[in-house]
Amino acid sequence: MIEVKDVQKRFGDNHVLKGISAKFETGQVNFIIGQSGSGKSVMTKCIVGLMEPEEGSVHFGGRNFTAMNRRQRKEIRKEIGMLFQGSALFDSQTVLENVLFPMRMFAGMNEAEMRERAEFCLEKVQLKGKNDLYPAEISGGMQKRVGIARAIAMNPKYLFCDEPNSGLDPKTAIVIDNLIREITYDFDITTVVISHDMNSVIEIGDHIHFLYEGHLWWSGDKKSILRSGNPELDGFVYASQFMKQVKQHL
Amino acid sequence: MTWIHHIGSYFGLLTRAFSKPEKRSIYWKLFVEEVDKIGVQSVPIVALLSTFMGAVITIQTAAQIDSGWIPAYIIGFTTRQTTILEFSPTIIPVILAGKVGSNIASEIGTMRITEQIDALDIMGINSAGYLILPKVLASVFIFPVLVVISMFLGICAGALIGEFAGVVSFADFEQGIQYDFRPFQIAYAVIKTTVFAFIITSVSAYCGYHVRGGALEVGRASTQAVVWSIVLIMTFNVILTQVLLL
Repeated sequence: MIEVKDVQKRFGDNHVLKGISAKFETGQVNFIIGQSGSGKSVMTKCIVGLMEPEEGSVHFGGRNFTAMNRRQRKEIRKEIGMLFQGSALFDSQTVLENVLFPMRMFAGMNEAEMRERAEFCLEKVQLKGKNDLYPAEISGGMQKRVGIARAIAMNPKYLFCDEPNSGLDPKTAIVIDNLIREITYDFDITTVVISHDMNSVIEIGDHIHFLYEGHLWWSGDKKSILRSGNPELDGFVYASQFMKQVKQHL
Repeated sequence: MTWIHHIGSYFGLLTRAFSKPEKRSIYWKLFVEEVDKIGVQSVPIVALLSTFMGAVITIQTAAQIDSGWIPAYIIGFTTRQTTILEFSPTIIPVILAGKVGSNIASEIGTMRITEQIDALDIMGINSAGYLILPKVLASVFIFPVLVVISMFLGICAGALIGEFAGVVSFADFEQGIQYDFRPFQIAYAVIKTTVFAFIITSVSAYCGYHVRGGALEVGRASTQAVVWSIVLIMTFNVILTQVLLL
């Protein structure tokens, strides 16, 4: 489980996170949703340590990550996998090399064992036979899947996915959503997805946190999100014509 | 950002870059790749420039000497001194600052804006060490080699053009390049080049590592890397010459 306690973050006069506390349960797909500028990405960066919160703390499985030094954090980071919005694959490495990369740096395995693990991860994301292609030679959806394969290569306890469906067609987006759900349940990991895609939320969200103007405005499951009665949340959830029609049938 | 902030941030980045590597075998592989990229791939441009500059220095020196009182071997002597003391150890690194410096800044800058550096950090890898250390060590190792190649080609080209253009014979040129030769001048050139290599790679890496924004900022960082590298090369050229030669 990941626990965030009273996290605050400012950029000059801009108070982005105004004391956020939240829990992300193990074995669940946890969503952080909100409008652009609501603080989703900043919150995620504070959780994984890419940014330092000015106040508050982040706990991974009861361990206070914020209070740790660089060396202690390194150990926690080996338990974290992350899928970036733009996949963040290494351009100069092939698909297989990208997945092998974290294992080559840290895992105490021989080359054959690492290859076997990488092949397993690529098979899990349905990318068998693409080993020797470079990121520039595969589609955006495939890049995301390689990103997922790399993220799970080290058998992480925590998986972060930043806008996993951005730039993807609806069919490919569902494939990625299903992969995230499958990996979460199969490996019993804590997954945190940052998104503003309501289709994904309804499709795979187990627990949802809604950020609004730097506050944690609402938390709950995907059933209650549709009937929250919260005007700010409803304004976000039912922003599209499609969701407005869905609301009429509720 | 203020000057003091940049200087502090530069040394902070260097401290991180020079901390203990995660896996020496991977860093060694990166070092070899960088030696090829920074050094071996720069040999053609260094060879071309050195050959032409050596030839031009010889012709220009010969053109200045029209007095019968000045011996012909002075042409070889001047070509040697110009090449060893200034052209090869200073002008070649300035040219390499344009080629290698801009390449390093844009490579690391692009990795920054496409979140590849964040990906390294999330994995628990020291991104500064992984990206910067092999480049700095490779350039410090290979730049002096390039400069020695440059000296050799520059002087050889001078000797050839002198003979074929009929301005100085091989024998006179050879006497000139041996006249009052001080081996320390080679050491001086190598020391200067090593310092310039460190400046070019570390400053360019700093400019790329701290890029924020998009493609426009990467281009700007690349230009800044070249400009600051050249400014620092010129500044340290004066300092090192004062310290080592006087």
